[in-house]
Amino acid sequence: MPSIVKPVATHPSLQRNELGLTIRDYEGSMSTLCAGCGHDSITAAIVRALWEVAMPPHMLAKMSGIGCSSKTPAYFVNGAHGFNSAHGRMPAITTGANAANRDVTYIGVSGDGDSLSIGIGHMCHAIRRNVRMVYIIENNGVYGLTKGQFSASADVGSKSKRGEPNQIPPIDPVLLALSIGATFVARSFSGDKEQLVPILKAALAHRGLSLIDVISPCVTFNDHSGSTKSYLHTRKHATTATEADFVPPASEILAHIAQNGVTTVTMHDGSVVRFRSVPESYDPSDRARVTAYLLEREKKREIVTGLLFIDESLPDLHEANKTSDVPLARLPFEKLCPGAATLDKLQEDFR
Amino acid sequence: MQQQLRTRINDFAFKLANVNGTGSASANGLLMQAIFRMGIPVSGKNLFPSNIQGLPTWYEIRVNKDGHTARSLDYDLMVAMNAQTYARDIREVRSSGYVLYDSSWPLDGSLYREDVHFLPVPFAQMCNENFADSRQRILMKNIAYAGTLVAALDIDMPIVEALLDETFAGKAALRDSNRQALHIGYDYAREHFHCPLPFHLEKMDANGDKILIDGNTATALGCLYAGASIAAWYPITPATSVMDAFRQFCERYRRDPETGRNNYCILQAEDELAAIGMVIGACWNGARAFTSTSGPGISLMNELLGLAYYSEIPAVVIDVQRVGPSTGMPTRTQQADLLECAYASHGDTKHILLFPSDPAECFEFAVKSFDLAERFQTPVIMLSDLDIGMNDWVAPRLRWDDSYRPDRGRVLSEEDLKSVAKFHRYTDEDQFYVPSRTLPGVHQSGAYVTRGSGHNKFGGYTETPSEYQEVVDRLARKQKAAGSLVPHPKVQTRSGAQIGIVAIGGCNPAVQEAVDLLAADGVQADYMRICGFPFHESVERFLYDHDPCFIVEQNRDAQLRSLLTLETCVPKNRLRSVLVYGGFPLSARLVVEEITKQLEVTHAVHR
Ligand SMILES: Cc1ncc(C[n+]2csc(CCOP(=O)(O)OP(=O)(O)O)c2C)c(N)n1
Ligand code: SF4
Ligand SMILES: [Mg+2]
Repeated sequence: MPSIVKPVATHPSLQRNELGLTIRDYEGSMSTLCAGCGHDSITAAIVRALWEVAMPPHMLAKMSGIGCSSKTPAYFVNGAHGFNSAHGRMPAITTGANAANRDVTYIGVSGDGDSLSIGIGHMCHAIRRNVRMVYIIENNGVYGLTKGQFSASADVGSKSKRGEPNQIPPIDPVLLALSIGATFVARSFSGDKEQLVPILKAALAHRGLSLIDVISPCVTFNDHSGSTKSYLHTRKHATTATEADFVPPASEILAHIAQNGVTTVTMHDGSVVRFRSVPESYDPSDRARVTAYLLEREKKREIVTGLLFIDESLPDLHEANKTSDVPLARLPFEKLCPGAATLDKLQEDFR
Repeated sequence: MQQQLRTRINDFAFKLANVNGTGSASANGLLMQAIFRMGIPVSGKNLFPSNIQGLPTWYEIRVNKDGHTARSLDYDLMVAMNAQTYARDIREVRSSGYVLYDSSWPLDGSLYREDVHFLPVPFAQMCNENFADSRQRILMKNIAYAGTLVAALDIDMPIVEALLDETFAGKAALRDSNRQALHIGYDYAREHFHCPLPFHLEKMDANGDKILIDGNTATALGCLYAGASIAAWYPITPATSVMDAFRQFCERYRRDPETGRNNYCILQAEDELAAIGMVIGACWNGARAFTSTSGPGISLMNELLGLAYYSEIPAVVIDVQRVGPSTGMPTRTQQADLLECAYASHGDTKHILLFPSDPAECFEFAVKSFDLAERFQTPVIMLSDLDIGMNDWVAPRLRWDDSYRPDRGRVLSEEDLKSVAKFHRYTDEDQFYVPSRTLPGVHQSGAYVTRGSGHNKFGGYTETPSEYQEVVDRLARKQKAAGSLVPHPKVQTRSGAQIGIVAIGGCNPAVQEAVDLLAADGVQADYMRICGFPFHESVERFLYDHDPCFIVEQNRDAQLRSLLTLETCVPKNRLRSVLVYGGFPLSARLVVEEITKQLEVTHAVHR
């Protein structure tokens, strides 16, 4: 909300990134979410990650649907365009935006209601098209903004604030994404910035859709003892599958360090993600085994976190459509209009 | 009693009754094109079922030397190739007319009519004798009846043969069997009947450099020429061929010869909600983008059309209307999406609409749609219909002015933004009440959050009544201002006109003809064809100047009349309705009959 203005004083010791910007330059308007809402912690991690990768603010577009989670694009990077669109439609709108300008970096912020109910079709198809974007689901198991109804990610038995248990099985966005060809799948916890920031940085470098399911407790409607999306429950049941380390393209030396049990994935821009897999055999590039592992852990009611799967080899929307390198929205009219002579000639086919 | 028809040149109609999926479409198209090349005004109306194979399908061809090519209801000849529908097809032929049928099987005696001539030709039998392959036997029957018609109607044989040569260029075997079939039908007719029939064709020079094209192809060309680089869609009859054509044109004209890369992107969306979402996302980002759909798709797009209206994002939607409500009759035509499109979405919304009446206007208005959408930063819906979109029309040659430059509206450039201290999205309006906008990826000082939630003129979130109202009141003024830039109504006046006739879109050919027929009956009418919404001010003037005014439209609820009474001050009782909405293209006869009936009632009352 722009009506609440943050003080602009900058602490002199604030560090500057490659672009000479401080972390304050990546902040947005003051949040209007409840104090302690997990979504605000995710915002902080996004700010951090964008500052660390030195994202030029104007080259970022912040996309969202409707919900408490979808309000958050207003709370980071004031210097970037944002689009707080309609409930569930963010993936479709971002697909069109991305098709029009491939040079812009898209961060889509959504909720579990936004993405797993009303917009689940759009999310699935954006994944299938491998639209290059960071797709964050701020997953709290409830509809926050409409005051606490169960969402499609609420676990069976999970209790609402009024105490009634959820009866119908949840949709796990991670397993769903894996099953429909997602090329980057991660899960994290809003309270774990150490893990979330490197995942976000890797996601920003990924050439395709990077889905990040972030458990994000709703302190107002879903942070009680019966909830499986509460701080307490998540802290107790989270297991880390991989510890991912993001190494930008410039840091040659780090990328070459070979370590025992470390898998490296080189991204298209030359940066590297290094995984230290906690279970020794975990291979984040093997879709079937990742899926099997997640299912097995799920049975034990464990929430597996980390960068769970990555495949850099599949084409994104632009590669698949062989679109021009110059963003379509920037093509000069002369390149688009075939002109009068051609029109005259082609009409011979209609004679 | 069979009577001889008097000789009529280039003025008759015939109907071909076929079974869907048996290959009749190419034979019928061949006939249409041959007549077109003979320089005669012609129209072809495909009355097809929503089915892939087996149901009855009809094709009607009308030739008229005076250029009246609306659907005729008087058939001089029926080409009855579908035994399932013999009864009704034979019934439909005008008295003294002709029925051409496949006499390989005897015609049931009960179908016989005293007052028409029957032309029996054993098509199946002859094709079985001449062709070995069973698929070919079915297909060649169509070309054989085309051959019979070439003889019966005096269609120019060299033109037909040339068309076959063009179609089967490089496929000599196919060309030869088609030629063979053509001559089987032709020779049989020459041998057994008196050819040509009393009504037949003679070469003319009425078509000049005109083209034979359907509205959807012309629409796709308009989108191509307007510079649309992104298209998103979900398949639906009768809009699908817009995108099929757009894709073909893009493959031909939008592939960079040096890099091989595409200067376009076509997205087949998961549904129409996504299709319009993609268009809005692309337009928000500065591309020209469009979607093509029909009524059911418009219903789904309502939510996001409101978002684009309120947050002021351009978008172009092509609505090729079909019969509703619900799934309705997907392969039949109607103009029943007017109200839905005019006010699509919840809350106070209103959209710019364009109503092309033929393929040439589909081309012109498609380009105009993009200019208006970007000029006014709002969705523009072009309402075509199945008749315009999917039937072949003889249309004036499409023209392009190379000096055309797209009107991109008020978009701030990087240079502009460098000198702006702070950009506010909904301030700085121009004479059309349009603010300036900025695009992502250009400059940091243009950044703002686009939102469909309540916002003030600075683009900030608001729940304050006065701030909210300030923005929506400007939107109302902006929408009204658009009325001056939409294509103006086309008005034809006659001296001593007693009545006014008002119509839109695909009604045009039938109404044009009706105006002539009424004049011959002594009723002089002025005619106004409305081309856009919000209405240009001259629309209201025409309504006031004519009492009564007959509003001709193709829907049950008189939607155009409703729009006129909602958006002008003209008293409702001055506007009479002529409504034809069964799903077939409009015929002049129905317009004339209805207007005449209503005028007679009026006179009776006044007497
Ligand atoms: C079409 C439509 N239906 C319903 C709503 C009401 N609505 C707003 S937010 C929301 C649910 C949000 O849940 P989620 O996406 O999980 O976000 P959270 O608030 O939990 O972060 C609903 C149902 C709406 N805005 N639009
Ligand atoms: S209701 Fe829940 S999700 Fe919404 S802001 Fe409050 S804590 Fe966050
Ligand atoms: Mg939620």
